[in-house]
Amino acid sequence: MSLLADRIATARGEGRAALIAYLPVGYPDVDTSIDAMVAAVGGGADAVEIGVPYSDPGIDGPVIQQAVDVAVRAGVGMRDVLRAVEAVAAAGAVPVVMSYWNPIERYGVERFAADLAAAGGAGAITPDLIPDEAAPWLSASDEHDLDRVFLVAPSSTDARLASTTAASRGFVYAASTMGVTGTRATVSDAAAKLVARTRAAAPDLAVCVGLGVSDAAQAAEVAGFADGVIVGTAYVRQLLDGHGRAGVRALSAQLAEGVRGSVPA
Amino acid sequence: MTTSAVRPTGERVAPPRPAWPDATGHFGVFGGRFVPEALIAALDELTEAYEAMRVDPAFLAEFAALQRDYTGRPSPITEVPRFAEHAGGARVLLKREDLNHTGSHKINNVLGQALLTKRIGKSRVIAETGAGQHGVATATAAALMGLSCTIYMGEEDTRRQALNVARMRLLGAEVIPVTTGSRTLKDAINEAFRDWVTNVEATNYVFGTVAGPHPFPAMVRDFQRVIGDEARAQVLERLGRLPDAVLACVGGGSNAIGIFTAFVPDDGVRLVGLEAGGDGVGTGRHAASITGGTPGVLHGARSYLLQDDNGQTVESHSISAGLDYPGVGPEHSYLHDIGRAEYRPVTDSEAMEAFALLCRTEGIIPAIETAHALAGAMMVGRELGARGDGGRGEDPPVLLVNLSGRGDKDVETASRWFGLGDREHVDPGAGLDEDQRPTEGAVTSGDAVPGQAAGEQA
Repeated sequence: MSLLADRIATARGEGRAALIAYLPVGYPDVDTSIDAMVAAVGGGADAVEIGVPYSDPGIDGPVIQQAVDVAVRAGVGMRDVLRAVEAVAAAGAVPVVMSYWNPIERYGVERFAADLAAAGGAGAITPDLIPDEAAPWLSASDEHDLDRVFLVAPSSTDARLASTTAASRGFVYAASTMGVTGTRATVSDAAAKLVARTRAAAPDLAVCVGLGVSDAAQAAEVAGFADGVIVGTAYVRQLLDGHGRAGVRALSAQLAEGVRGSVPA
Repeated sequence: MTTSAVRPTGERVAPPRPAWPDATGHFGVFGGRFVPEALIAALDELTEAYEAMRVDPAFLAEFAALQRDYTGRPSPITEVPRFAEHAGGARVLLKREDLNHTGSHKINNVLGQALLTKRIGKSRVIAETGAGQHGVATATAAALMGLSCTIYMGEEDTRRQALNVARMRLLGAEVIPVTTGSRTLKDAINEAFRDWVTNVEATNYVFGTVAGPHPFPAMVRDFQRVIGDEARAQVLERLGRLPDAVLACVGGGSNAIGIFTAFVPDDGVRLVGLEAGGDGVGTGRHAASITGGTPGVLHGARSYLLQDDNGQTVESHSISAGLDYPGVGPEHSYLHDIGRAEYRPVTDSEAMEAFALLCRTEGIIPAIETAHALAGAMMVGRELGARGDGGRGEDPPVLLVNLSGRGDKDVETASRWFGLGDREHVDPGAGLDEDQRPTEGAVTSGDAVPGQAAGEQA
């Protein structure tokens, strides 16, 4: 059983792509960030990628860095993250944790898996953990029936697409472009090509696209070739710009139109 | 003081390469690759090209020629008896990496990686730098080989090491001050990785130390091990015996791995790494990753690091920009855990005392990073002297210290530390030597004559 795969399949049954919203726990504070996640669900997100704050976020651009830095300095940790997981689950969306590897390793891989499962989390996205280094996480996630989402990139060889998708469960995260998180004017051609190559390697695994998707038009474009659309920076931007819950909810509503293939005016 | 008569080492059989890391870059539980998938292809390409290059006679010849004709290798060893009087009666020998072109050991590694960059057909290099020595060395190699060069340096460090910023710019490099996080080396590495993942097609990352994802720790070690290979032969030739201990400062740890590697199989030789103890490990304001840290993952590898309960990297503190790093190379973590090397902290004050001592007893101004190793030699020498052992029979113990860099870049920091004035407050006085007697007619603080005015008075 995979909470993420089920939800993505449900969306596919409705003839659309799934919408996955990223927000970090602890910006501007823990409670407000959790409210924002619930608002993202209210606006139509199928799943929330719950970001664990980390001091050295290697693949994040300046917008997410700025928000996460606040949370790191405030001492936000896994306990707060688990609270967010419960809140997102209660709001009716699938919670999936997004964490660089060290916070999980420090918390304890087995303990993390047990606590995440108990909180109702689907699993984790681990941007700096490749399956080759993931033995403890592979066994802990098996034991607790958790999804594990690894990344593929335009630079991945066919052999790595095969091995990475084989280790993934729930979906595989296709990084649409070579670079860090952030909004971009256009979705790179590389994204569709990568999704096609990934599907060829793993026909039964859902492929969701992230990095650089920020508005309904881009979401609609990606929904045309992927199973799910992951949006991060644009959500964080709503909070940084002071639009709060209402801004997050409105963005979700627009993106939800987008993943249905229509672009609101 | 004597300086070795250096001569080509001739037929010497190449010392063995350590059995570690394994094929995927692991030193026991340490090392590995904790990076985004987007970088794996580039790391694989680098590993493959490096493995082919390191046994390619054409490369070895070109590398050897550059080291000889450009860097000035082999660097000599220098015995420092006046300094050694403060080290418990031990004999102290310095491996003079400060005499390399660009003033530190960093050039050894960048020449190798710059050749590798050309071999894989890339036209741009990026690098991180803390004290600026690796940045200067990379800018130098880029100028030499016609590569475009961008250096990431924490904003805090660009202030502490303004001289090196100017040197890099003179050499044609672009220097980008990093304003995220603690604005030091750790954040410069984050930014360099972000640049690399974005521009990896035409860009090679010239990593400066034995940290980071595989293959960097092993590759940088291989390029730096020339220090120990030379020094081992030089000490044997000079003294007919091996040293009792080999000492080096450890930030990321490239100069230490460089001098340790040749001695790792010599069980009787102690390997001592000196970490930056800052205000003291007990104060929490330090950069002693092994002494005061725990295993975790940072910058692409598992190793000891300074972290809090949430797994956040803790900001490090050291008077030395080059050691001000909360992580350490995975091979050091491994050597520590298997008990082959020992790691000890040296505080800012201890380092600066050793710094001053070498200046006025031997006429050598070391880098402040290096001064940590000198302080370690004073410590270990006194311990051995007090115990009356460490030597062989009547011989005093022999300490080999890697003098990894020269201190020109640190003159301002040191002047401020010792109250000798800085650019704004020129106050000529007696200098650091308390025994210095005032000379009649010497310029003293009371009647200093600024340079521009001297001519008018004469």
